[in-house]
Amino acid sequence: MWWNALLLALREIRRNLLRSFLTILGIVIGVSAVITMVTLGRGATQAVTDQISSLGSNLLMVRPGQRLGPGGGGFGAPQFKVADAEAIASQIGGVRAVAPQVNSTVTVVYGAHNWSTSATGSSADYFTISNWKIASGRIFDAAEERAGSAVCVIGATVRRELFGGTDPLGQGIRVKQFSCTVIGLLAAKGQGSMGNDQDDIVVLPLNTVQRRVTGNINVRTLLVSMNDDVDSTQVQAAITRLLRERRKLSAADDDNFNVLDTRQIAETMSGTTRVMTTLLGAVAAVSLLVGGIGIMNIMLVSVTERTREIGLRLAIGALEYEVLLQFLIEAVVLASLGGLIGVVLATAASFVLAQVMGIPYLFQPGITLLSFLFSAGIGVLFGYFPARRAARLDPIEALRHE
Amino acid sequence: MNAVSVNGQNAAAPLIRMRGVTKIYGQGIAAFQALRGVDVDIEAGSFVAIMGPSGSGKSTMMNILGCMDTPTSGDYLFLGTHVERLTRDQRARLRRRYFGFVFQGFNLLARTSAQENVELPLLYRGEGTAARRAAAREALASVGLAGWEHHSPAELSGGQQQRVAIARAIVTHPRVLLADEPTGNLDTRRSYEIMELMRALNAERGITVLMVTHEQDMAAYAGRVVHFLDGRIDGDGAPQPPARAETV
Ligand SMILES: Nc1ncnc2c1ncn2[C@@H]1O[C@H](COP(=O)(O)OP(=O)(O)OP(=O)(O)O)[C@@H](O)[C@H]1O
Ligand SMILES: [Mg+2]
Repeated sequence: MWWNALLLALREIRRNLLRSFLTILGIVIGVSAVITMVTLGRGATQAVTDQISSLGSNLLMVRPGQRLGPGGGGFGAPQFKVADAEAIASQIGGVRAVAPQVNSTVTVVYGAHNWSTSATGSSADYFTISNWKIASGRIFDAAEERAGSAVCVIGATVRRELFGGTDPLGQGIRVKQFSCTVIGLLAAKGQGSMGNDQDDIVVLPLNTVQRRVTGNINVRTLLVSMNDDVDSTQVQAAITRLLRERRKLSAADDDNFNVLDTRQIAETMSGTTRVMTTLLGAVAAVSLLVGGIGIMNIMLVSVTERTREIGLRLAIGALEYEVLLQFLIEAVVLASLGGLIGVVLATAASFVLAQVMGIPYLFQPGITLLSFLFSAGIGVLFGYFPARRAARLDPIEALRHE
Repeated sequence: MNAVSVNGQNAAAPLIRMRGVTKIYGQGIAAFQALRGVDVDIEAGSFVAIMGPSGSGKSTMMNILGCMDTPTSGDYLFLGTHVERLTRDQRARLRRRYFGFVFQGFNLLARTSAQENVELPLLYRGEGTAARRAAAREALASVGLAGWEHHSPAELSGGQQQRVAIARAIVTHPRVLLADEPTGNLDTRRSYEIMELMRALNAERGITVLMVTHEQDMAAYAGRVVHFLDGRIDGDGAPQPPARAETV
């Protein structure tokens, strides 16, 4: 009987192919929306988590200005000097290393190739603090740092854009107006949490950048790495106290700099993406429900339209539950078909979108199965009422129906 | 075992026995008495035509005979079973096992081949695909439609459609064939073809045929004519000789 009912349902769906397709469109959209939203959301969260480890753990970022954000970084707030970095390193307990850092956008040229990238000036500690691995060559030594030598370590993207297949080590590239020898190559980190390319970078000694690129002795950021066993909030407080003192702020003044824990940023960001994922998923789930109502609507129309047919089936001896089952299975098959198409569509869409958005694609078996089962469940839920109406028809009345 | 079983039937009892059957539609002042006490016996293997003016209760009678409806009062015994005491589903089981229906309007499923239309009743009997296919083919052949299996109703003439409907009614080898104005939508020539077919089914297979008709010529095919007037039987006997015969 189940097999027959399935057969009847499929036959009916085939008989009204276009209408069947339009009926399930709501479910298709609902299911694919839910799965796509959740998959992309999880991917984004994963990207943020990845970012934590690529930033380096137990890392504080100290920048001038009142708070981080667009336009933050503090116009007018005094910049740091190298002495500030040295003071933090020597006076605060639990600090492993401090790297003063300066960034500037520069154009780099090698032969006929040129490329706009970010020049970072810092100390040798920068590489360990920021979790950079050296793919080949070396980083600059203390003497080069002190002298402000024209040497640089380049990221994978810069290497690809400037050198293509040739070995960059020992080659000279032009950074802004001066020529600079490539002494090392950074191992690729991939994309950051915002879809930014972390490998699009040229690292030089701080002195070199200050002298030849920015033209002043300011330091933009202080990167502070802490020992594993220390409490980051205490270190944060100690740094704040020290810098307030060094910047001669009175008790009434606000901080004109800020200390950020990278892990906190990452956690905040992944928290935000999680909330977004949940919200978008909920919206998508509502559309799935709307799809179910669409199915009920069409099933009711179908029952009315097929009243004579139902009358005939009842007349030739169909039992009440057989007619009920037929329509119920038809609804469930329709809904599941919609679910199936939705799953396929969502998998393709989220794979492509993840590439475009630069976040990892993580197949979500849980939510995929869940939304498929949910769509089948919607078929049962919204198919039951029309099916019962069909099963309870009076055969004589139904046969007389125009 | 269940109420549908026909065990213990009286060997002398006819296939169908009605006693004091009434049918009242509606309630209160809107109530209308369509049958006013019908007593009738129908023997297995007979060919009965039901005639009478419009509104005299013929279709009401057929619906009760076919176990689609129950009398308001009175007894309807089919093979010794009190049909009026059965539930809706029990009557459905009785229909699928013993009855075939032919309607004035054919009632074939649109956009469905003749073959699939004829297979429909077998589907509810839970028969396998191969058995269904073979039985439907055979039934179509026996109504003279071999080779038309894959045509949909829209591609068939009225007479052919009614023959598909008859094939659908007999594919389950019913004991009784119920036909309410089966030739009502057909021209005279197709009507005679359908009547010949019904007579053959009655004579060769022993199927009891109960048929409503307005036309003397069609009733002439029956062995017995029951005449209705205002919800009562007012005549029961052999058919009048066909009009055709007078011209010979
Ligand atoms: N479901 C119903 N509700 C109310 N009245 C009904 C119903 N069915 C039939 N009737 C009435 O019962 C009477 C008998 O109807 P029935 O259909 O049995 O007539 P009939 O002899 O078949 O007529 P016809 O030759 O026109 O088909 C009619 O007056 C009709 O109006
Ligand atoms: Mg009638």
